[in-house]
Amino acid sequence: MSHIKNITLKIWRQDGPSAQGRFETYKVDSVTDEASFLELLDVVNENLLNDGKEPITFDSDCREGICGTCGLMINGQSHGPEKSTATCQLHMRKFTSGDVITVEPFRASAFPILKDLMVDRSAFDRIVESGGFITAPTGGAPDANLIPIPKPVADAAMDSAECIGCGACVAACPNGAAHLFTAAKISHLNLLPQGQAERYKRTEAMVETMNEHFGSCTNHGECEQACPKSISIDVIAIMHKDYRKSKLKNRKELARNK
Amino acid sequence: MSNWQTLESKGISSKIPKGSVEDKWLGYKEDLKLVNPNNKRKFKVLVVGTGLAGASAAATLAELGYEVEAFTFHDSPRRAHSIAAQGGINAAKNYQGDGDSVHRLFYDTVKGGDFRARESNVHRLAEVSVNIIDQMVAQGVPFAREYGGLLDNRSFGGAQVSRTFYARGQTGQQLLLGAYQQLARQVGLGGVKLWTKVEMVDVVTVDGKAAGIVTRDLVSGEIRSHSGHAVLLCTGGYGNVFYLSTNAMNCNVTAAWRAHRKGAYFANPCFTQIHPTCIPQSDETQSKLTLMSESLRNDGRVWVPKDRDEKRSADQIPEEERDYILERLYPSYGNLAPRDISSRAAKRSVDSGLGVGPLKNGVYLDFSAAINRLGEPVVAERYGNLFEMYERISGENPYKTPMRIYPAVHYTMGGLWVDYELMTSIPGVYALGEANFSDHGANRLGASALMQGLADGYFVIPYTLGNYLAPMLNKPAPGVDHPAFKEAEQAATARYTGYMNIKGTRSPDYFHRQLGKIMWDFCGMERTKESLEKALGEIPALYEEFQKDLRIPGDMALNTTLEKAGRVDDFFQLGMLLCRDALEREESCGGHFRAEYQYDDGEAMRNDEEFAHAAAWEWTGDPMQSIRNIEPLEFEAIHLAVRSYK
Amino acid sequence: MAQVINRQRGPITGSATKARKKQPFLLDLYSTSVGKKYVMALTGLMGLGFVLVHMVGNLKMYLGREDYNHYAEFLRELLVPILPRTVLLWILRGGLIAAVLGHLHAAATLTKMNREARSVKYQSARDYQAATFASRTMRWTGTIVLLFIVWHILDLTAGTVNGGNFVRGDAYNNVAHSLNRPLVAAAYILANLALGVHLFHGVWSLFQSMGWSHPRFNKWRRHIAGGLASVIVLGNISFPILVLCKVVEVHA
Repeated sequence: MSHIKNITLKIWRQDGPSAQGRFETYKVDSVTDEASFLELLDVVNENLLNDGKEPITFDSDCREGICGTCGLMINGQSHGPEKSTATCQLHMRKFTSGDVITVEPFRASAFPILKDLMVDRSAFDRIVESGGFITAPTGGAPDANLIPIPKPVADAAMDSAECIGCGACVAACPNGAAHLFTAAKISHLNLLPQGQAERYKRTEAMVETMNEHFGSCTNHGECEQACPKSISIDVIAIMHKDYRKSKLKNRKELARNK
Repeated sequence: MSNWQTLESKGISSKIPKGSVEDKWLGYKEDLKLVNPNNKRKFKVLVVGTGLAGASAAATLAELGYEVEAFTFHDSPRRAHSIAAQGGINAAKNYQGDGDSVHRLFYDTVKGGDFRARESNVHRLAEVSVNIIDQMVAQGVPFAREYGGLLDNRSFGGAQVSRTFYARGQTGQQLLLGAYQQLARQVGLGGVKLWTKVEMVDVVTVDGKAAGIVTRDLVSGEIRSHSGHAVLLCTGGYGNVFYLSTNAMNCNVTAAWRAHRKGAYFANPCFTQIHPTCIPQSDETQSKLTLMSESLRNDGRVWVPKDRDEKRSADQIPEEERDYILERLYPSYGNLAPRDISSRAAKRSVDSGLGVGPLKNGVYLDFSAAINRLGEPVVAERYGNLFEMYERISGENPYKTPMRIYPAVHYTMGGLWVDYELMTSIPGVYALGEANFSDHGANRLGASALMQGLADGYFVIPYTLGNYLAPMLNKPAPGVDHPAFKEAEQAATARYTGYMNIKGTRSPDYFHRQLGKIMWDFCGMERTKESLEKALGEIPALYEEFQKDLRIPGDMALNTTLEKAGRVDDFFQLGMLLCRDALEREESCGGHFRAEYQYDDGEAMRNDEEFAHAAAWEWTGDPMQSIRNIEPLEFEAIHLAVRSYK
Repeated sequence: MAQVINRQRGPITGSATKARKKQPFLLDLYSTSVGKKYVMALTGLMGLGFVLVHMVGNLKMYLGREDYNHYAEFLRELLVPILPRTVLLWILRGGLIAAVLGHLHAAATLTKMNREARSVKYQSARDYQAATFASRTMRWTGTIVLLFIVWHILDLTAGTVNGGNFVRGDAYNNVAHSLNRPLVAAAYILANLALGVHLFHGVWSLFQSMGWSHPRFNKWRRHIAGGLASVIVLGNISFPILVLCKVVEVHA
């Protein structure tokens, strides 16, 4: 165990959603390299409180990189410099003594800042509510082994399903787009046999809900790099294909049911 | 021997149905009172917590037609800590044809729980386990599959069959997302009203029955009342009373504790589970511990060096100088011995100075044999993401050097006392999932928490709730303008302004850390009369300091320090009750190990004569004065036996 | 999409029950960013087809004045006598103009949407990991290419900025006259480099936008984009260079 010394933190402070924010500078003399980045913030907060000042508000929960609650823009990167890693799993050994670290909240119009570094990402829930599910009311399910699913298909669905909904993709996207999040869910459900019945209804509804809140995809690929689960932008292509098909198929359905 | 009163004598029934254990649930379902589909919308159900139990219950009840309001303190239901479960979910599907059955799962769970669970509940759990898998697959949970396309299983601690379904090392995530999606669908359709960033701070009763809850809005600070015919507490466990645990930062006991203070009995708080495979603490700033899935023990071998002064790195230590502790002590289960047994074996090694790592606070979990046998790709396929996670946290590559692990607080078997219908001792208030005490006895088997949360939410509460609501049809429920709500609102406001007004010098975290240290040192993996009495001396003193010296900067709106203060306050009170429960239970069983009660070889010595019961604590206004009542446990289907895994 | 929460805190429910506004099918499709990207991709593909054919056709320059001018005349006589002279050429031109307008409209509306999606920008420097120079500068390279096209048409189609030597029908000499001016040649080279950068991102991007994805061939998409962009740029900038090197000269 060694120590990282003399860290300067420039942290965004903002009292409320419509308040004017500003960067404030905090110094940390020393922290072990085993500490996580959020534990560094814990130390800063404890010091602030001991000085009678208000601690920095930030979100975190599981601190195991799975719940998706944490998320900070660290030195201009979603979740900081380590690949495939959520903020809570970023450890101080990735930094060196004397570093100046700038921390901002995830920024997007759909993610209003609640306070300091905490944002409201409930727009993601609206996307899921519009179609990110398979309708399977409790009780009527057939035996789980009734439909065999080829392993590669199950694996591909799982790759997409790993999304933790942290919003790093939106935060990293120069356009504030939520394509990776939306496409990951669409691709998870659309790949599986169980998801076929609602495939096109789902795709159309989710894309259009996404469109109400977020920007457009210009294929920079920043989202993939920022994603703590390394979800590939290939899922976005899957969504783009299925949206196209869904518009045509749903149009046909609509005409048929007139 | 104390003069504990039985719940029966206090007029509280466990409502265990008649008949043999196999027939109880079937018989119950045939006899229960139903609510007509058109009448369901006349009942409002408040679901607190949206983890596995809460999300599945809220979604299912809304599908049935009840008016449902769901509450989460997270920004989204998908953040609940169920998401962090890694290893898997048990179900008696017997897809592997290796001799599994409902009875065997039932048996394993009762035995694994060291005969301190209610047989009838456990059998029901085993029965509905098969439906859970069907349900989750239908919802699109991408469980692991064989090349033939059928579901894959792995084996888990405490079982001799492969009955665990899994989705990589993220089973909890996938199941929670499944339940969350079903809940989201109901929110979208208008079947559920979802409150986010709202914390329940009180239960309101009128005439001794559930009338609703009072919440605090974490964003605006507003205190609100919500009335309903029934309240479902799906609020998880209280492992964070130890400060360092594998629970998420925000896990807390507040909802359950506030219900307890309103009359719900709290059962077996001393049954806390220590998980054997966590990453050892590395420094003093550590805010939580991280669990590595127990599934790692399928292929990892636990060992320590035989020499206390061993200085060599793990790979330099020859075979004959290693002690494979679990394989030596428990030959038939080996590295898959149940959690409490494995944890204590690790603790004994570390306590005797054989620990490994810079702080000598862990044991090795070695994969080199598996890598040699199966090859690195197969091991990577099974545990790749866990290995990555370990490397990210510890900075060491487990393909090259053995992992270092140590037990940590992980799950709490105790919780609100519930009857067979999952109703607490307050009529109309239910507790589901980890928040209740019913199914795991003194120790939970791996991959059973997900099973229980989903069983309660999907397949139990939708039936049992109707039985309570049916007779209440067309009888008006008290609204939020009832004086009981106003009173509870005022109490809640007073409580939170009270914290603000202390204006002391120390943070809630400071007190939480101190409390956690007392709890872990004196009431952790091993407890004694002396240590518990010491804890019971120190906690009230620290609590008094907390009430005098707390400092909360900022205001009543969004203020995470204030949130924390309320939670730590409740942990203090629970901590006292937990230690008292541990003190009164003069035996060792499952997660509760009293050093005075052990066999010569260090195994737990249970006392079935005096303690084959659940302790159900009754609130009196002071946790140091709570009354211990008991529910005697009767074992009809399985004979009480010494739990041996040798 | 303002950065303010004024709404009263309350429960969420029925979020998926409101019906969407009905619009004619194509407008409906075009109303989402994904639909607009289809337009970007397809009009871009038309543009790509044009610049590729345009470049290949212009290689005729190396065969001499006669062949080159013959090729120019051939374009005017496409599908003659089914159609009168220059009709198909104008149809193609009309298609291209529509594509450019579509491309511009989609780009402008998407840009507006993206700005609104992050109404408050990051206040510290971003450290981009995947975004390339090409992807980050599409708006600028696109604008350069657009301005160049306008100038290029005025130069070699309308002849108004050809330097007073323009002879309708003598494409070869017109090109040679024009590119003989070093500043013009330099602008021409710069514009084509911008086009190349634009294509480098645009071609790969159109696969993604259209959902033309296949795990086996996905890695080829970047190579195809790079290859096409290089071929087009190399072909196009060879003209001014060779004119300046007097390989292509004005024939009296």
